[in-house]
Amino acid sequence: MSESLYHVSANPHVRDHGSTQKIMLDVIIALLPAAIFGIYIFGVPAAITIVISVVTCVAAEYVYQKLMKQPVTVSDLSAVLTGLLLALNLPAEVPFWLPVLGGLFAIIVVKQVFGGLGQNFMNPALGARCFLMISFAARMTTFTYDGVTTATPMAALKAGESVDVLKLFQGFVPGTIGETSAILLIIGGIYLVIRKVISPIIPCVYVAVVAVFVALFGGHGLDINFIASHIFGGGLMLGAIFMATDYVTSPITDKGKVIYAILLGILTGTFRLFGPMSEGVSYSIIIANLLVPLIEKVTIPTPFGIVKTKGGKSNE
Amino acid sequence: MALFTFSGGVHPDDGKEFAKNSPITEYLPKGDVVLPVGQHIGAPAKPIVSKGDKVLVGQKVAEAGGFVSANIFSSVSGTVKAIEPRVTPAGAKVNSIVIENDGEFKEVDFEAKPYESMSKEEVLSAIKEAGIVGLGGAGFPTHVKLAPKDPDAIEYIIVNGAECEPYITGDYRIMMETPELLIEGLNIVLDMFPKAKGIIGVEDNKKDAIAKVEALVKGDSRISVASLKTKYPQGAERSLIYATTGRSINSSMLPADAGCIVDNVATIVAIKEAVKDGKPLYQRLVTVTGDAIANPSNFMVRTGTNVNELIEAAGGFKVQPEKVISGGPMMGMAMFTTDVPAVKTFSSFLALSKDEVSANEPSNCIRCGRCVSVCPQKLMPAKLSVLADNNEFDEFERLYGAECVECGCCSYICPAKRNLAQSMKTGRKQVLANRRKR
Repeated sequence: MSESLYHVSANPHVRDHGSTQKIMLDVIIALLPAAIFGIYIFGVPAAITIVISVVTCVAAEYVYQKLMKQPVTVSDLSAVLTGLLLALNLPAEVPFWLPVLGGLFAIIVVKQVFGGLGQNFMNPALGARCFLMISFAARMTTFTYDGVTTATPMAALKAGESVDVLKLFQGFVPGTIGETSAILLIIGGIYLVIRKVISPIIPCVYVAVVAVFVALFGGHGLDINFIASHIFGGGLMLGAIFMATDYVTSPITDKGKVIYAILLGILTGTFRLFGPMSEGVSYSIIIANLLVPLIEKVTIPTPFGIVKTKGGKSNE
Repeated sequence: MALFTFSGGVHPDDGKEFAKNSPITEYLPKGDVVLPVGQHIGAPAKPIVSKGDKVLVGQKVAEAGGFVSANIFSSVSGTVKAIEPRVTPAGAKVNSIVIENDGEFKEVDFEAKPYESMSKEEVLSAIKEAGIVGLGGAGFPTHVKLAPKDPDAIEYIIVNGAECEPYITGDYRIMMETPELLIEGLNIVLDMFPKAKGIIGVEDNKKDAIAKVEALVKGDSRISVASLKTKYPQGAERSLIYATTGRSINSSMLPADAGCIVDNVATIVAIKEAVKDGKPLYQRLVTVTGDAIANPSNFMVRTGTNVNELIEAAGGFKVQPEKVISGGPMMGMAMFTTDVPAVKTFSSFLALSKDEVSANEPSNCIRCGRCVSVCPQKLMPAKLSVLADNNEFDEFERLYGAECVECGCCSYICPAKRNLAQSMKTGRKQVLANRRKR
């Protein structure tokens, strides 16, 4: 009998074919149209920035895990995704050391120091972006388009100018590498929803709340052009679809997602309309990230068969 | 027609194709049979035979050890060889009555009173006497289920024909081959609860079985067939009650609290045989299947038959399996050896050539929330499993961890391959133990 004992383990004995790596790969695929478009309109510097950022993130994770004698997990592609997201949040013409610094900050300070994948309390790419924004504000907000340095549509909007919404929607405007084309980002988002990688709750609620907020407080009333500029302009689509939906730093339940997305919309609207800067998606997301544990505390789902009444559970 | 269902659940590969078309064949054991005294939920039965006694098929060899317990009957004729601990499919050694099989299968005279002359109490005691337990796999004594505190409050007798566990095809074969026995059995139970209606719930991946049963109940105002969406765990008691009646129960309630009694197809047929034919439970249907089995089969097996005999009867292994399971792949128990008896709750022997669990190393939780969305009890396995792993059982209980039904959907779906259900089980066991202490 002892020569052939079979494997034992707790049930279930079969597993779904999904994996962390496949999920990360899907998000990377969904980002590719916007990334390729970024290279198309911003040229070679955009491609270089993307490559440097991705390589830095993967290398940082590999070296850190080697030094800490941890199992190396770069094959789960999460570092690749962080590098790609970081690059898409940078202007194309940044010096080479900027994505290097950002990548190191994202992977080591925001992600690994807190325990690696799944343990970080804010989105690594956004944490790094905000770090770079604070440290190198001028370089981070200088945008070149068609060879000339110009203001972004959001800055123009802030200055009271009107913006060509169609161009904004297509993406032929200055901005960071990956944020300009709303349509390509939405296509990526639809892909992720179809592949069941993300739930549409966060992006839909987030964008809707921003729209309502700018309609109420933007001073233009129901001016469709103004509202559409806010929706399709700046980092909202990239942030709402790809970064606010980061699993690790967003609530796990549907109810929590709704609260989180409403909060994001209000924060972004406030930053954009009343803040000193023209943009506020990144800061909104990292602030909301920090509130996720609190949101989760108050959104524990009521289990099947438990009837909740005032003052606690009735039937237990 | 809209399908009945619940919220949550997963869609594992159903594996039914292996044994689905294999008709039920009787398998008579060649060697000894081993009858553990604990083949059910509740107190172990007490042996009433001793070494050297001659026994016949259908002779009682152990008596229920309490109200929640069940009688045990010999499945062969022969001599009691020993009463000693033997390994059961659950992996533990349990005191067992070992009967040396004389190969003649001489039966006791099965006698039953004419059904029409039986009172409800006599029907119930016939079921109790026959040692019937839930044959779906849990093994809860059936006579206990059929004796609720308030019989008048029972509105639905739900027959569980969902067979949502992948690979297992026993109930399907019963519905295809002898649906009339199922209806006969259900009518016996309905006669015990005059106010109740019968609902036979079957997953819609068994359309031919639904058609067979529907044809038999056409025009019957008391029995209906509910087509259930094919989704695991559609046949879990709480999910099935919700799908068919819209009522929900939690861990502190019994189905009877929602006016329901749930029995699976094979159990209902066993009730028919006990009441009308006077036959106790000494055989059951076992699906011998999996990608490592040469000829997947559905056998009518004498309880206590050695599983190695069943493997041989199904043509043996065509490849060496990595994992063998008593029951289905989602809730079944992995066995370290096949040298065990097929007990009353042994619905299936599943041999898998690959062990998907050991092939995957668990990695960090990425909080994707898939476990939350598939949980039929609407729990948060990601959070609860961490609490259980850290021995924070009070918090585990506060976040409703004890509501877990151990269906395994969370572990199944987890992209990080975390063994969530295992932690949930541990936590739940500890909470229940703590409650008993209080």
